[in-house]
Amino acid sequence: MIRNTRESYGWLAIALHWLMALAIFGMFGLGLYMVELTYYDAWYKGSLDLHKSVGMVIFVLWLLRLIWRMNNETPDELPGPFWEQLLARLMHVALYAVMLALMISGFLISTADGRSIDVFGLVPVPALPWRVENQEDIAGEIHEWLAWGLMALVSLHAVAAVKHQWLNKDRGLMRMLRVTQKS
Amino acid sequence: MKKLLLAVALSGAAAFPGMASAADYKLDVKGAHAFINFKIKHLGYSWLTGRFNTFDGQFSYDAANLEASSIEVTIDTASIDSNHAERDKHLRGEDFLNVSEFPKATFKSTSYKAIDEDSGELTGVLTLHGVTKTISFPVEKLGEGNDPWGGYRAGFTGTTSLKLTDYGINYNLGPASTHVDLELHIEGIRQ
Repeated sequence: MIRNTRESYGWLAIALHWLMALAIFGMFGLGLYMVELTYYDAWYKGSLDLHKSVGMVIFVLWLLRLIWRMNNETPDELPGPFWEQLLARLMHVALYAVMLALMISGFLISTADGRSIDVFGLVPVPALPWRVENQEDIAGEIHEWLAWGLMALVSLHAVAAVKHQWLNKDRGLMRMLRVTQKS
Repeated sequence: MKKLLLAVALSGAAAFPGMASAADYKLDVKGAHAFINFKIKHLGYSWLTGRFNTFDGQFSYDAANLEASSIEVTIDTASIDSNHAERDKHLRGEDFLNVSEFPKATFKSTSYKAIDEDSGELTGVLTLHGVTKTISFPVEKLGEGNDPWGGYRAGFTGTTSLKLTDYGINYNLGPASTHVDLELHIEGIRQ
């Protein structure tokens, strides 16, 4: 089933979730790695171009995912105390928000002088018509903090999923891995 | 008495040679008739140029007393501009200027040796990236005179080449890019 049900996420949501997870982990590693490269490393330029391109693709995935989520039902809350359910919901909002802010801050670094971002050399994404002073420095600082922040949130999110799956035994992780039909 | 006064005046002039008619100028940074540019080779294949957008300074210059010439310039290192935000961010970072730790670069001249009326060699103390060194470089006067708006101006140009590692900037840009040329094109308004 492509659509979500009250028991489980549909395959499109699952695919988007894991595709983005993979891309974001890759981007975090790539980001940490590329800033250590020096001028004469063969991948000094390529790594940054890739990082920017993938970032723009993740933004499109993020948009699709949000639209899909808003036009779909969300599986029922897992059983648990009210505060846990609230926390889970807040975590999802925070993940979406930090992902977006992370991508915006990255975009603002590269477009701080009005240059566009060439997504894989194919699609130019233009800069915003206005900018602030020292935009690349401010956005860069924010970008780094948010990247670590997102990793912290993702870790908590993963711990929670694992806890639901194996401690609460309520298939918390399973519903993001396999589409379940109502029996 | 007259003789005594004359003697005092003469000795005073001898003791303070720069005082008699030294003219003080302020760099015309407001009107942007002063530029601090840099250029460095890219891979050895071309020149990369840029500039510092924010700086200030003043100089003393008197055609009648050249050796008393002096200059003082303070550069806001964060204002580096190579027309590429990502590169400027890198240049401001720890690999290069480390502007959060060293927000200012300064040059204060200590002596000036005139070669002729319009050129000479300037010696002074440059502090860049927290490193202070005495440097000398040739300077040239382009001209001086009244401006059309009631002021009096004088303009100079000077270029020096700095070895990056001398100033603790050790990032490897390649064998052709170990030095950066610093160019001053300045115009001052007489105060």
